Amino acid sequence: MKKLTRVISVCAAAAMVLTAVSPVLADDEKFVIGGIGPVTGAAAAYGISVMNGAQLAVDEINAAGGINGYQVEFISADDEHDAEKSVNAYNDLKDKGMQMLLGTVTSAPCIAVGGEAANDNMFLLTPSGSAVDCIAYENAFRVCFSDPAQGAKSAQFIGEHELATKVGIIYDSSDPYSTGIMESFVAEAANQGIEVVSNEAFSDNRTDFSAQLNKAKDAGAELVFLPFYYQEAALVLKQASDMDYAPKFFGCDGMDGILTVENFDTSLAEGLMLLTPFTPNAEDEMTQNFVKAYEEAYDGLVPIQFGADAYDGIYAIKAALEDAGATPDMSVSDLCEALKVSMGNITVEGLTGTITWDAATGEPEKEPKAVMIENSEYVAMD
Amino acid sequence: MNEKQNNHEIIRRMRRKSLRNSLLNYGIVIVVFAIMQTMIATGHISSLLKGLLVPLCVYVIAALSLNLVVGISGELSLGHAGFMCIGAYTSAFFSNVVGDSMPDLPRFILAILVGAVFAGIFGILIGIPVLRLKGDYLAIVTLAFGEIIKNLLNVLYVGVDSHGLHFSTTSAMDLNMEPTGRQIVKGALGISGTPKNSTFTIGVVLIIITLIVVQNLVNSRSGRAIMSTRDNRIAAESIGIPVTKYKLLAFSVSASLAGVAGVLYAHNLATLNTKKFDYNTSILILVFVVLGGIGNMTGSMIAAVILTALPEMLRFLNNYRMLIYAIVLIVIMLFNWAPASLDFRSRMRERLWKKHGSDAEGGR
Repeated sequence: MKKLTRVISVCAAAAMVLTAVSPVLADDEKFVIGGIGPVTGAAAAYGISVMNGAQLAVDEINAAGGINGYQVEFISADDEHDAEKSVNAYNDLKDKGMQMLLGTVTSAPCIAVGGEAANDNMFLLTPSGSAVDCIAYENAFRVCFSDPAQGAKSAQFIGEHELATKVGIIYDSSDPYSTGIMESFVAEAANQGIEVVSNEAFSDNRTDFSAQLNKAKDAGAELVFLPFYYQEAALVLKQASDMDYAPKFFGCDGMDGILTVENFDTSLAEGLMLLTPFTPNAEDEMTQNFVKAYEEAYDGLVPIQFGADAYDGIYAIKAALEDAGATPDMSVSDLCEALKVSMGNITVEGLTGTITWDAATGEPEKEPKAVMIENSEYVAMD
Repeated sequence: MNEKQNNHEIIRRMRRKSLRNSLLNYGIVIVVFAIMQTMIATGHISSLLKGLLVPLCVYVIAALSLNLVVGISGELSLGHAGFMCIGAYTSAFFSNVVGDSMPDLPRFILAILVGAVFAGIFGILIGIPVLRLKGDYLAIVTLAFGEIIKNLLNVLYVGVDSHGLHFSTTSAMDLNMEPTGRQIVKGALGISGTPKNSTFTIGVVLIIITLIVVQNLVNSRSGRAIMSTRDNRIAAESIGIPVTKYKLLAFSVSASLAGVAGVLYAHNLATLNTKKFDYNTSILILVFVVLGGIGNMTGSMIAAVILTALPEMLRFLNNYRMLIYAIVLIVIMLFNWAPASLDFRSRMRERLWKKHGSDAEGGR
């Protein structure tokens, strides 16, 4: 009875194997940039935004004559925010002729792909992978701040602007992003004359934060630092208001999106400060043009910072390729060697600030931007 | 006398059949291995498929090990990802601590043993209280176990410096290490920088070892005792078979093999965190076993390979691939188990046999 099943299964497997062979050769006439990120699943909003932002930049570059006279092609693959699938996506893009990688979008997959890319000596620029290990190898660079950098920059911002001296922290201990920011914040706080009076953790899928808020309140915290994502932050703000506790609140780039939470009373977010590299309603011409083009291309969708990071990432690759005078017929490894040097030479006037790179560490240098929410809008602070 | 001979004949035939099935499994694995190696050697293989080879081995081993519990011992385990997690973490920890002070291959072999032993120990610890109970308690407890392991490892920080190991469950700063110390387990960040030792060859060797362990256990006196506790617990008890002991044997061996799958997984990727080992992965492995046919080792292997490779092979469909994947799942399920399909298959088989003439060898 099982025999026929076996025969058919084996045939199916063989058919799959056959379709998997015959890799596509790279086209010498154009640059091929790959993008990996979660386009499905829980983190899909980030991946979709990155793919859209990158595609927009590539279309602009092609319309303006390409890079060094060559056209650019952007190909993307879904990784579902899973390290193993991300490596599969990377291999798939390699088969399709990828020469440089813009990705991956999320941290843990980025670490896994980073290892593979280092073996192949493939140039990697992650728009938003913020964990330290994402760019552990020298072929890897990033556009966003690393987690420790964000924590330290937050502490510096609070210290320099004398927002508070007694700070309470609530963080998500199951999330590397949150934990990473918290650790560097605590380390830097001491240098800034900030006293951390309470430091309380919660674990994922938590909906009640009253214990953590009470600790902060009892310890007399003037400012509560919330280094985690906006979904939970919305609950924290609501519960703080329910218990008549009104300190200043300060978040990081994960807070971006709090005004879009459904059924959230946005008046609760008044006065909330957050560190974010990009705000869609900034006044400058570049942001305005980007937001307009993005909305036109993607049915009125408003870009989030991930899209902006990706847009800057593509322009960084363009600048580096131009600096190196690279051509598409160079091998992946030669391109990587050339780009590694050029990344240290370029300056990108991007949506997320004026960025330069440290060619040795791969970390970006740019001014942190903070905004405060006033009348349900982001207003830049300086 | 006549009846006795008859019984002997039946047992002999059963043994021959199980031997044939076992050999078939080794054969399939070796043939597939040979085909893949030829393809790699001649360069006729895509990077995607090449990258998939080790994960395929991981899931095949996991499916085989779970089949031992679900198919042979008849208990439901929903925490197999938890055992994989133990194997992955302990072995990755071991490899990172030992580092370059040992050559790659011996270190990896030791890492496999470490992962298998620790997962096995946890299997025994879980099994001792739970397998004494009748009913679906194992499913509930293993489900909880998987989540507990995940959450415990999420808050675990371990570092190493010249004074030895430092442990903390609060934060990296509380490790109080020397500045030169190396942090190995970083809480929710997990372990990164594990050496990439897993290869297809080692994966296939491990599959064959798994098959040897599982199939020899099933065909042994202990295996028959395990199956008797599954088929009729009361009858098994009445002839003096210690039910708990045999269920525990199957469960701990299975946990240990799942640990081996975890070791292979951990040494294939540069990053390891607990997110991967949630109940979704446990359910996925269970799906391999159910689709392949409960108790059928060949089926488990084929289902694991197809269901792991299919979503990757469907990448050219872009956003439709998960939809197609779901449909394929349903179709395979119907093909394997729907009465109409069973009927159709038996009719087709009869017709095929009539044409070619039968050799009296029946499938099952």
